[in-house]
Amino acid sequence: MTQFPATEGDHIHTVHLWGALRPLVGGRETVESSARTIRELFRLLSEAYPGVEAHIKRGVAVSIDGKIYRDQWDTELPPGAEIYLMPRIPGG
Amino acid sequence: MPLDTSLVRKPFKVIGTRVRRPDGIDKVTGRAKYGADAFAPGQLVGLVLRSPHAHAKIRKIDTSKAEKLPGVKAIITSADLPDLTGGDRSMRDILENCMARSKALYDGHAVAAVAAVDMHTAKQALKLIKVDYQVLPHVTDVDEALKPNAPLLHDDIFTEGIEPKPTKPSNFIKIAEYGHGDVEAGFKEADVIIEKSYKTEQTHQGYIEPHACLANVSPDGTGELWVTTQGPFVYRNQCAALLGMDINKLRVTSSEIGGGFGGKTHVWGEPVALALSRKANRPVKLVMTRDEVFRATGPTSSSSIDIKIGVRKDGTITAAFAELRYQNGAFPFTWAEFGAMTCWACYDFKNVKSVSKDVVLNRPKCAAYRAPSAPIAAFAVESTMDLVAAAIGMDPVDLRIKNAAKEGTKSSYGPVYGPIGIGPTLEAAKNHPHMKAKLGKNQGRGMACGFWFNFGGQTCVDVNVTPDGSVTVAVGTVDVGGSRASLALAVAEELGVPYEQVRVIVADTSSLGHNDMTDGSRGTFSSSMAAVDATRKAIQTLRERAAKIWEIPVDEVEWMDGTARAVGEKHGNKAPLSVKDISAQAANTGGPIAGHSEIVADGAGVSFATHICDAEVDPETGRTSIKRYTVIQDAGKAMHPSYVEGQYQGGAAQGIGWALNEEYIYGKDGRLQNAGFLDYRIPVCSDLPMIDTQILEIPTPNHPSGVRGVGETSIVPPLGAIANAISNAAGVRLNHIPMSPPRVLKAIKAAKKK
Repeated sequence: MTQFPATEGDHIHTVHLWGALRPLVGGRETVESSARTIRELFRLLSEAYPGVEAHIKRGVAVSIDGKIYRDQWDTELPPGAEIYLMPRIPGG
Repeated sequence: MPLDTSLVRKPFKVIGTRVRRPDGIDKVTGRAKYGADAFAPGQLVGLVLRSPHAHAKIRKIDTSKAEKLPGVKAIITSADLPDLTGGDRSMRDILENCMARSKALYDGHAVAAVAAVDMHTAKQALKLIKVDYQVLPHVTDVDEALKPNAPLLHDDIFTEGIEPKPTKPSNFIKIAEYGHGDVEAGFKEADVIIEKSYKTEQTHQGYIEPHACLANVSPDGTGELWVTTQGPFVYRNQCAALLGMDINKLRVTSSEIGGGFGGKTHVWGEPVALALSRKANRPVKLVMTRDEVFRATGPTSSSSIDIKIGVRKDGTITAAFAELRYQNGAFPFTWAEFGAMTCWACYDFKNVKSVSKDVVLNRPKCAAYRAPSAPIAAFAVESTMDLVAAAIGMDPVDLRIKNAAKEGTKSSYGPVYGPIGIGPTLEAAKNHPHMKAKLGKNQGRGMACGFWFNFGGQTCVDVNVTPDGSVTVAVGTVDVGGSRASLALAVAEELGVPYEQVRVIVADTSSLGHNDMTDGSRGTFSSSMAAVDATRKAIQTLRERAAKIWEIPVDEVEWMDGTARAVGEKHGNKAPLSVKDISAQAANTGGPIAGHSEIVADGAGVSFATHICDAEVDPETGRTSIKRYTVIQDAGKAMHPSYVEGQYQGGAAQGIGWALNEEYIYGKDGRLQNAGFLDYRIPVCSDLPMIDTQILEIPTPNHPSGVRGVGETSIVPPLGAIANAISNAAGVRLNHIPMSPPRVLKAIKAAKKK
């Protein structure tokens, strides 16, 4: 388990990263986080891995149990939820 | 009152009915006002001078003679659009695409613009502008642009995704990778491996209405823009930023829109028109010609794709690999990456990998086109799936059913799926009468699947109850596919009034908070969510007003079937109060009655479709006719089934054109050879059969009515479905889109020689 922002407790998520973010976190495919919302997750990620912030500014979507969230950073990350960070996709 | 987006499971009274469309009469009688239909006193004609070269350094622009021409009121170059983007690369690219700076990067790139009293004078002025070009080597093919010695467009693109970061700039923007498992191990488990390479040519969305706007900037610094767009708020924000205006000083009003399909999500001539108006101190109308639309707005990528699929004899696919190379036009983006995300999304594979390579070259900046990037990838994947089925002697539908993604499948782009509709669409296809219909001579049947995401986004809606009890709804998402009707249905359903009692308008950017664009199949999904929220707030106010009229506590008033009812035995003799009854007393109970909603409609699901196509190929000419076509897609809940069917049919029609005819053809000089509908042929009604549709309704749990976006997915399967039909009709496998008569004939002749 990595040291990144995870703290002791039962609210630990495995956060899956898409390819572009992996070099910024030491090549790992996942990081552990104790964040309870998307906002907190982004803040903790940016603090631990400054390179991630540019991607967040450019647009990162968060898949929570298969539903895709692009803007609602107050959305909670429920215990046990599957969390994926993905690029923000445009539509036509 | 927090927004509750959860699905309300109750029988609908008006949602799902085929009510009369509110914009129908104006559109069929010519009263509807489009981008070019606005006029202002003293307006000037705006025209753009465009580069005839695919790649050239701009050494000097001499406008002096043009400026002296009587009737010319303003001429602008990049000098009149200083870079105010503060290091924001994407905004700088938008600015540079609207007006070339040191280099022209494609045939059609704007280099200067004129505002004059009439078209004749403006055309004369363009001829008097002298541009000193140093022509540079160019590249217009995606694979050529990737080569180390290819002409370089930008000296600041260093391929992203390669470690360590390259030290030399190139046209290779980014490499990305998606998937899971071990594909090499998976291929070792296969009984049969199929490998195939594909190419697709560049296509334009082909909207009938060209880009058009009327810009009017006042000396006091305020401005107005009437424009055909999918996103007036985004246009406002971007134009204001590029021109250095405060956002609140620019008011953008969207016209009716004659098609967009993603092409009107980007600004092109609008900042130019505003800059001309600012300099001339007069309104400026800028209407693109069809030639300009093709050469200087945003088509979709051309591509080059390699596919490899391994399968066991029982139909289990053991591994799948794709490499997708897409060109982005002259400015960097990540269109190939979206192809890599979506290409395998229909399937449940243990070992799957896709690699994307995004490339810049000397063509116009690519824009979104309806489920952007996905149809190209699906063509390659779905063609290869049919080859796999043939190789093991399995029915193509059965192969797909056996490998289809389902609830709990780990998607190829990462997350695990919730409830999804690919399985039901495949089962519906297998059992559809179309599948059993007899085929004629030279005819073949093909099918294919498709996937696309749905979005939500920022949305702001006002619901106003008028003094006579009728209701107006103001929304900020442009109606490109029937959202006004859908929103009126949503409000009528929630309020409990007839559809005809509700009128929806698209408000300008100064009347509502920010709304995201109508893209990503989000218009009805997000705006109806906000409309329901606003209506619930209005109902709360109506209950409060009824309580005042009755002089009873509000918690003794409930809302049912469009009326306030006093509940409890002591109120049993009170007649219900309708919206009209309550609104008539609004002035004496607290003033206007309204509901307002501002939300982020996030948490949208994903969308799948399966298409069936019968094609007839003339073996003498190679011409393909589509004889029968069926679209099967999950709509969650079809608010207005006719509009949903229209979206399905429209996507299929565009896909048929893309598959069979549409193609940007460049000469060796890097100039576009067919910038017009005569030589770039989109299908017309007589080219198409009646496109049959089957709407599946598997409600999304995160919307009050269960709605899914339906606008885009229908263009994903056609390329593959038609390629498979042609293969079955003519016995030849086409690996190059479009499958135009010369290509099909060449393939037939080559097959005969073998």
